[in-house]
Amino acid sequence: MRLSDRLFIFIAACLALLVLAFVDAAVRVRLAEPALEARATLVRQLELTDLSLFTEARYTRHLSQSDIHTAFQDHPNSFDHFPSGSLVLPPSHLRVP
Amino acid sequence: MKKLILRQKYLIDFTLSSLKRRLAKNLGLLLVYTLIVFLLASVMLFTHSLRREAGIILESSPEIILQRLVAGRHDLMPAEYLDRIGRIRGVTRKAGRLWGYFYDPAVQANYTLMVPRDRDLGQQEVVIGAGIARTRGVDVGDFLTFRSSDGRAFSFRVVDILEADAELVNADLLLVSEGTYRDFFGIPADRFTDIVLQVRNPSEVRKVAEKLTVLLPDARPILREEILRTYDSIFSWRQGIVFVLLGGSILAFVIFAWDKASGLSAEEKREIGILKAIGWETSDVIRMKFWEGSIVSLTAFLLGFILAYLHVFYGQAALFEPVLKGWAVIYPSFNPTPFVDGLQVATLFFFTVFPYTVATIIPIWQASITDPDAVMR
Repeated sequence: MRLSDRLFIFIAACLALLVLAFVDAAVRVRLAEPALEARATLVRQLELTDLSLFTEARYTRHLSQSDIHTAFQDHPNSFDHFPSGSLVLPPSHLRVP
Repeated sequence: MKKLILRQKYLIDFTLSSLKRRLAKNLGLLLVYTLIVFLLASVMLFTHSLRREAGIILESSPEIILQRLVAGRHDLMPAEYLDRIGRIRGVTRKAGRLWGYFYDPAVQANYTLMVPRDRDLGQQEVVIGAGIARTRGVDVGDFLTFRSSDGRAFSFRVVDILEADAELVNADLLLVSEGTYRDFFGIPADRFTDIVLQVRNPSEVRKVAEKLTVLLPDARPILREEILRTYDSIFSWRQGIVFVLLGGSILAFVIFAWDKASGLSAEEKREIGILKAIGWETSDVIRMKFWEGSIVSLTAFLLGFILAYLHVFYGQAALFEPVLKGWAVIYPSFNPTPFVDGLQVATLFFFTVFPYTVATIIPIWQASITDPDAVMR
């Protein structure tokens, strides 16, 4: 078989996988709707406000509920020492040039 | 038409043979290129998926949360504030929430203790999140013992484990009765952690918040739209930060690829000279190099994206777990819902495939318009 034919077969297989990924995503999003609804119901019932993604500190656990002065809440010069704190967005007024 | 296709096929055959002659170098390039696309696509898919999911499920969080601030810090809310709020037009429900944090020295993890409004729990009963169950190795019927704020030991029987499917919001939750919560933390009956308000008309939420700040100057209202905005911007920021961190490796790759693509080796120059000497036109040489750039970049994009999809949506984005986990002990086990943004994928395709292809053509054009004799010497 010619090299170009082998390449075409390879690229076609990769493109098929790419299309399959999009189809898989669409199907799984449709299938996940009841689970998403169940999560939303839990949030409604327990009146939750945040994702339990960063449980290392209280102001990273409840990002939307933390003090206004977070992450410098303990002292103005006390820099944030949790790894996820270094990734969290500073307040919007500090980002305005 | 058939002739044109055949011509291109011959050119591709020749390009592939040429790539095969420098197999190790080109495979190395393809590997690094694929890795870069994989990392960029993984970050993009993961953050977009989390952002969408957070937006959908936090849409059900309370419309307004009222926190009391004392000396700039969050303080307990007196129950009489519920009466002081009175009857604000548009507010359909107002209630005090009880929740807080508990550090468990046994596993060095932080839990979120809450009093649920939707279920009645006995004095010694507890409902835990799947993250706590996994970390502590407990199941329904087992007992958990914690030491309260005044040093007393409280034993709780696990009566239920919250759905593992919803770990993204409940991994560290510990639900207890109101009486137990107050006894455990020593919180008097006339105090709440904060107050939640339900507003019938979404357009009135801001007005209600304004009225609340006038009525209760020491309180801070947090609106649902602010919660949603927080998560939207956090994941954008996280995505941005990771891109910045990746920036160094991307730049290194750009330099490597640019050098490989734009700086022609003596061997390549000789090859072009020979091709021109045996009758190849400049356009054929450029087409050949166009195919070389396209094959390498398209292959890297396709492989990188497919691997990233598998990593994020079938492998629980395992490579990102140490970054997101930080120093936390409890980390939710979850498979992100595969929300894929076609525009983002198209942007990634454009910025990964297009520059490399262009970078391969320009130097070839310069070399192929020169005299074959001069190039071969």
